[in-house]
Amino acid sequence: MDVVLMDVVLLVLYLFVFPGILFLLGLAFFSEWWDRKLTARAQNRMGPPFLQPFADFVKLLSKEDITPTGVSGRLYAAIPLFAFAAIATAFLYIPVFGSSSPFGFPGDLVLVLYLLTLPTVLIFLLGWTSNNLFARLGAVRSVSQLFVYEVPFFLAALGPALAYETWAVGDLVAAQSVVWIVLFEPIGFAVLLIALQAKLERVPFDIPEAETEIVAGPTTELTGKKLALWNVSKDMLLATGAALVVALFLGGPTIPFVTLEGVLGAVVAFIVFFLKVLLVLVLLAVLKAALGRLRIDQLVDWGWKVLTPAALIQIGIVLVAKAGGYL
Amino acid sequence: MPEVELQIGPQHPALKEPVNFKVVVDGEKIVRIDLDISYNHRGIEKAAEGRDFNKSMYLLERICGICSHAHTTVFSKGIETLMNIEPPPRGKWIRTLVAELERIHSHLLWLGVAGHEIGYNTLFMYTWRDRETVQNILELISGNRVNYGMNAIGGVRRDLSDPMRQKVLEGLRMLAKQADYYLDVVPREETLIVRTRGVGRLSTDQAITLGAVGPTARGSNVPFDVRRDDPYLAYGDIPFDVITSNACDVFGRVEVRVKELIQSIQMCIHMVENLPPGEIAMKPPRTAPAGEYVSRLEAPRGELMYFLRTRGTDKVDRVNVRTPTLANWPSVVAAIQGHVIADIPVVVAAIDPCLSCTSRMTIVDVDRGQRPSMSWDELVEHGIQYYREQEGL
Repeated sequence: MDVVLMDVVLLVLYLFVFPGILFLLGLAFFSEWWDRKLTARAQNRMGPPFLQPFADFVKLLSKEDITPTGVSGRLYAAIPLFAFAAIATAFLYIPVFGSSSPFGFPGDLVLVLYLLTLPTVLIFLLGWTSNNLFARLGAVRSVSQLFVYEVPFFLAALGPALAYETWAVGDLVAAQSVVWIVLFEPIGFAVLLIALQAKLERVPFDIPEAETEIVAGPTTELTGKKLALWNVSKDMLLATGAALVVALFLGGPTIPFVTLEGVLGAVVAFIVFFLKVLLVLVLLAVLKAALGRLRIDQLVDWGWKVLTPAALIQIGIVLVAKAGGYL
Repeated sequence: MPEVELQIGPQHPALKEPVNFKVVVDGEKIVRIDLDISYNHRGIEKAAEGRDFNKSMYLLERICGICSHAHTTVFSKGIETLMNIEPPPRGKWIRTLVAELERIHSHLLWLGVAGHEIGYNTLFMYTWRDRETVQNILELISGNRVNYGMNAIGGVRRDLSDPMRQKVLEGLRMLAKQADYYLDVVPREETLIVRTRGVGRLSTDQAITLGAVGPTARGSNVPFDVRRDDPYLAYGDIPFDVITSNACDVFGRVEVRVKELIQSIQMCIHMVENLPPGEIAMKPPRTAPAGEYVSRLEAPRGELMYFLRTRGTDKVDRVNVRTPTLANWPSVVAAIQGHVIADIPVVVAAIDPCLSCTSRMTIVDVDRGQRPSMSWDELVEHGIQYYREQEGL
């Protein structure tokens, strides 16, 4: 009985404290700060102080909450909540301090990918219901963009799964105890990073929220608590996306040829995971600082002519390697 | 999506000043564009009529926050011509020096804004950092960073000492290095190229027909520059070329501005090194004889034109300002045809619009082809009447 109770307590802790929602919130705020600081340094600026993202969040919570006229209040308030829930759930399946998450099951990679697609659909819903022209244009843009990056994103995530014939994130992490997948799937890694940047709607893919063109895109009418929740969801998406890249291509919280055991092992594993997330965030920040914004037609062109074929080539290479018995 | 009318401005993140574009769009494509300027009528022309020449200088300097020196230079040039006086050479050279420094600061500012409009914020941060250098130089020379207050009728108000010249040269050499870096980077940056090449096309003929001026015209291969075609101040004595580009699009305008930036820095170095000795100002007469004069010069955005009329007093009888932005608006409307929403900010920014400087009031009766002018009382009456009707009072 006690053992069962212990398990329940542990599960609750796992869900809500570490590495559940509370930790994810911390990681999300940290990711935003790290990203903003790096971008600022790349642009020869000081960047925000460490607690700035959290301060922004608290400030927004205290601001007036406005629902535009002609908009269903409940639906409008529910959209940021759904985005928050979807991303928080997706993060549970990504290993943080062991080679697998306690919630992991065969096929959880598919669930994670699905949950990470939800925010874009919600962005569209948000923009479309906002009763604002800029928001609607942004909504249409974000869906057009979805069709461009989602295919290469899935294909790039499919690469590791094909190589090790498993749909479980935990198994993929365990399989990388000898060699990181990025070493033999560099194209897939690059495609996944770029597609993630597009999913996060960051420069050069910030087309749906292009400030100088359509104000703030789908979130133009969002205020107060809803905006706070939305912003923190976006930070969580950044953290979760980076964690997914780490799990799929960089070996998650493991070090090749080293077995990490016990509490100390878990701590070391967590530090390894954290450092790898920082590295992925650096890559994303460099991409953001080095480029300007594309136009939607240019993105569609480039996405289908370069990004998707690149992902397909990677899959082809994996298949050939498997057929030849090298994997 | 069906055709919808998108209101860009008068308040919009892409525009820091009030202007309104009614853009009819079909999805992302622009079907029609309608332009509404004059949100910010400040009555400066009228106010200038009530002040003497010296006080008018302070007023006119505040027409624009970027090319403030250009406005006082063109005004003092006109008044000096009407008075039939000429500032001493050193005064002229210092005036020219500040004008070119202002061009450097304006072009750096523009390059950053253009980058920002296409979401390239890193370029924005870099150019604005370097702009600090030229602003510090201007502060060193004039004591101010925005409205320099350098010009007076008959010369300039401050001299350049030798230690100051050394500091200015140091700053300029640093800027020259940075400008070379921009010339190297900007034409090779991939996202910048795809967002500016072929965007905002304005053929040479169109640019001439629509009366484009400044870098907008020169970016469409129109070799027109008041500094060369109608030399004023010290421009006759300083070596420089008129820079044009045959790209005829936004990229051409970027190219022209970056090259002008480099050239202006070289001109400034030349001027600081070869500053003629002597007085910086002369004492002008108090009044100007009756006369009319169209004074013009090459401001950073293009040809700035003042019409001046004097009546033998110490005040102008009439001053009319035609800013380069006003001359460039028709080319924006032409250049934006057939593009998408995403191109609006960069095409508009490509003329470097300075909107509040542009706002003038003209009433045109299209049916009768009349352009009457309104007295102050009539204007007040018209305003009251207009709002009564609008608000249904």
